[in-house]
Amino acid sequence: MKDPFINRKYILVLMIMLASLMLLARLFYIQVIDDSYRASAESNVLRFVTHYPARGLIYDRNGRLLVSNKAAYDVMVIPGQTTVLDTVEFCELAGITVESFRDRIRVARRYSRMAPSVFLKQISAETFGVLQEKMYRFPGFYVQTRTLREYAKPVAAHILGYVGEVDDNIVHSNPYYKPGDYIGITGIEKSYEEQLRGRKGVNIYLVDVHGRIKGSFRDGENDTVAFAGSDIVSTIDIDLQEYGELLMKNKSGSIVAIEPSTGEVLALVSSPGYDPSLLVGRVRSDNFRQLEQDTLKPLFNRALMASYPPGSTFKPVVGLIALQEKVITAGTGFGCSPGYLFVGCHSHPSPLNLADAIMHSCNSYFCQAFRRTLENGVYSSVSEAYERWRKYLTDFGFGNRLNTDFTNELPGFIPQSTYYDRYYGAGRWRALTVISLGIGQGEIGTTPLQMASMTAAIANRGYFYTPHIVRSAGDTGETPTQFTGRHMTGIDSTNFIPVIEGMDLVVSGGPGATARHIGIPGVTICGKTGTAENPHGKDHSVFIAFAPKESPRIAIAVYVENAGFGSTMAAPIASLMMEKYLTGKIHNRWREENILGLNLIAVEEER
Amino acid sequence: MKRSVNILLSVDWLTIGVYLLLVFLGWLNIYAAVYDEQHPSVIDFSQRYGKQLVWVFAALVIALIVMLVDNRIYFFFSWFIYGGVVLLLVLVLIIGKEINGAKAWFEFGGVGLQPSEFAKFATALVVARYLHSPAINLTRPRDLMTAVALFMTPVMLIILQPDLGTAVVFISFFFVLFRAGMSPYILFSGLLMIILFLLTILFDDLFVAIGLVILAFIIVVLQSRKFLPPLTGLAVIAALVAGGWLTDRYLINIGGIEVAIIISLLIAGLGLSWFIFRYKLKWVMVIYLFLLGSIMYIYTVDYAFNNLLRPHQQTRINIILGIESDPLGKGYNLNQSLISIGSGGFSGKGYLQGTQTKFRFVPEQSTDFIFCTVGEEWGFIGSIAVIGIYLLLFFRLIVLAERQKSAFARIYGYSVFSILFFHFFINIGMTIGLVPVIGIPLPFLSYGGSSLWGFTILLFVFLRLDASRTEYLL
Ligand SMILES: [Zn+2]
Repeated sequence: MKDPFINRKYILVLMIMLASLMLLARLFYIQVIDDSYRASAESNVLRFVTHYPARGLIYDRNGRLLVSNKAAYDVMVIPGQTTVLDTVEFCELAGITVESFRDRIRVARRYSRMAPSVFLKQISAETFGVLQEKMYRFPGFYVQTRTLREYAKPVAAHILGYVGEVDDNIVHSNPYYKPGDYIGITGIEKSYEEQLRGRKGVNIYLVDVHGRIKGSFRDGENDTVAFAGSDIVSTIDIDLQEYGELLMKNKSGSIVAIEPSTGEVLALVSSPGYDPSLLVGRVRSDNFRQLEQDTLKPLFNRALMASYPPGSTFKPVVGLIALQEKVITAGTGFGCSPGYLFVGCHSHPSPLNLADAIMHSCNSYFCQAFRRTLENGVYSSVSEAYERWRKYLTDFGFGNRLNTDFTNELPGFIPQSTYYDRYYGAGRWRALTVISLGIGQGEIGTTPLQMASMTAAIANRGYFYTPHIVRSAGDTGETPTQFTGRHMTGIDSTNFIPVIEGMDLVVSGGPGATARHIGIPGVTICGKTGTAENPHGKDHSVFIAFAPKESPRIAIAVYVENAGFGSTMAAPIASLMMEKYLTGKIHNRWREENILGLNLIAVEEER
Repeated sequence: MKRSVNILLSVDWLTIGVYLLLVFLGWLNIYAAVYDEQHPSVIDFSQRYGKQLVWVFAALVIALIVMLVDNRIYFFFSWFIYGGVVLLLVLVLIIGKEINGAKAWFEFGGVGLQPSEFAKFATALVVARYLHSPAINLTRPRDLMTAVALFMTPVMLIILQPDLGTAVVFISFFFVLFRAGMSPYILFSGLLMIILFLLTILFDDLFVAIGLVILAFIIVVLQSRKFLPPLTGLAVIAALVAGGWLTDRYLINIGGIEVAIIISLLIAGLGLSWFIFRYKLKWVMVIYLFLLGSIMYIYTVDYAFNNLLRPHQQTRINIILGIESDPLGKGYNLNQSLISIGSGGFSGKGYLQGTQTKFRFVPEQSTDFIFCTVGEEWGFIGSIAVIGIYLLLFFRLIVLAERQKSAFARIYGYSVFSILFFHFFINIGMTIGLVPVIGIPLPFLSYGGSSLWGFTILLFVFLRLDASRTEYLL
């Protein structure tokens, strides 16, 4: 059979010829005609000098400088270009031993003979002055200027994060970074790395065999200009942050304060913390190791990464969901004997309505409200009603990451109904099986950040904004759009009236109110005490609050580990923070001194 | 024994010689690329040239095994082999090891295997198997679609890894389809679409559109040999565009120069219709429709790219096209590559004397950018020689393919040629800035076990089929 397409082979042959001709023509042009690539015998080496732009500055919400730059100098070496040199003199100038010199050369040579590597990191300005003068005598060496971070105050380390050298993984996965480059590793430095770093520039020079620069390669046609990084305006109030860290001194725990009307994080304290300047420059690796080995885990950001059962601070949400599901009204009363079945309570008047139940933190009330929510006849099964309940919680931001601009936020945990199915068998568990969820105990875990965000949602009567730590990044000066959208909780704003009333009574109510002693003159605080169960020791003291009641400007969650009941430690700290932020001064010096004088860490270590 | 003697006599020793020469040249260049005066030993298995020796030895064993297998196996088991490779491509997405952001590797005791390298050979077998039947007619859309689906299946799986460079290689199967009877218009339109896509993303749409108009105009003038009407038309269009632009700028806003151009093109269409009617030139209409279609395509691509793709997807495409290949500067890697090849000059700097390739600035200099070493150390002369050796291989492959009696062997041969040729042109083209930077290896020269073994199997299966060409079996 004759192949009808046999002539098409000529078209393919033609294609080969054309393609090869294109390759050869292009090669002929760049290799033979265009001699700018051709290096003469004298200047046969190109040197790529990288210009590192200044990293962007970081300001607080009131325009106060938090992070700036200072100059640092690295001695670079290109092993293939080092010729005979006076090693002893060089070592004297640089202040290193001859052995150390040999080691460093060996390391550099292992990386590459022809590409520059860092020979000596961050030499002092004086050494730089001395070396720079004599540099022409040491071919293959040159000094590279870089910038290091400098901090205005020794606070906010967890928020700002730190900058360090890139590791091999990053160098392999991202072509922008070369060994020895710096990159943001945690905090704002990491989340906003691309805006902060700017863009490196590179100049290509022709260099002769003695390492002398002979001029720009191709008149600088292939050079690129460095762009400085963009400044960042953070949402934190540095005074409030500093005050929070002071209050938390000698205690472990965390504080998160949010502006409810925007979701801006005003302060985020994780204690114990550390001084951010410990992780700058040559001392970084030693200090990092020390911080890492510290048993109190100062590097661990409790505000985002510690997940606790929320305890009684969860009761407002349990009440709100029961109201929204119409299984209770504001006036519904539940008795307390004291306690309900196997859940205990303390002594208080009975029965109570919703607001009073929040004021007295009645366990019995919320167990029964929760039981009604799960046994709601509208749903075909307890597990369907439970999934509905769980949906409200995820709408409040629990059980998932909030997708803030923090880099290491944890999601917390709200079990799905399948979790209990697996545990007890499908259809084999009832409201009473999981009744402790109604008072914030049991399997659930929430982070301090999520609790603060929940408090902001209550303050706003039904919605919240994603908490965030940066107000504007880059040139636009605008807040990134993912932070400007409202998240609705699915609870009608009218249902918040009795709950907020109850939270008001927690502070302002008569005998039996759980946080009576923390009031501030002229400001109505709405709060809720809580205790997070701690299987490893004394329980954690928790307090959530917002103020002022009618037009909230601050929502706060305070956790003090191993401090017992919520009103003893967390509530006064929250009160001081709110007073500081709202009025700028503290009226009750005795309360402040009392908190500052307490050392819970020493107590804990004695035990 | 008679059978193996037959193979020794009938196998194409010329191709085997070219293969061995290329593998040897590859090793020399890998040695030069990672050469370090401190480690001059040739057999150092911590270095890439040492490892490549092992890969080469294994490749020769593989080639021998491929030659010893009965030729009919490749025909009868083609679907089986293809199915196996597709399964591996699915498996690698699940349990593969992620390297450089792509889940493309299996790891067995320190040796990485890339199933996508073997997908080329398996796909070539199955395409040949499908097309060898005389009942298949590629002008029928159904048959064409089936053939395309055969190589798009691995492509989709490879894109998921994601390894777009390797996926792009499968475009070369269109050459095979063309030789097997696909309409030339499809090949032409396909090439046009790829070129326009690249141009649209690399340059301003307006320039591309104007370039196309001028190109179409030149074709019409040269083909029709009528000068006055087209020139008059061009003058009118230019006047309209200029008038539109001036109106837009100084009088009333009509939506910018783009609108002025679109209106002018439509008016030009009317003039053209008269021109076609007057001189009875049907083909001019075809060119005009092609032109309109292309311009619409350009704007669609541009719109889709800027509005439908998410920023990280744009970045990914930009990186593939070399626009953002290195944020240090536009085409930073390309600059490095150009500098090293360009500095080689006419006769090169001499073996192991290159200075630029040893800057470890070009990533993957011993894999994808191996041609830099050739260009720098051996100069233009060496480049011609290497390209010449490849040309010898390509022409020989076409000769071998055409002498096959079975359609299966012929189509498989064309697949081998197309895949190797595509790699050759894209790889060398990218190192000298002729095509965008797409990370695919140069056959037989680049460092790497998987790619060398993949190409070896691909080539030697064809040589095995060719050795039995006289046994008219398939
Ligand atoms: Zn009670």
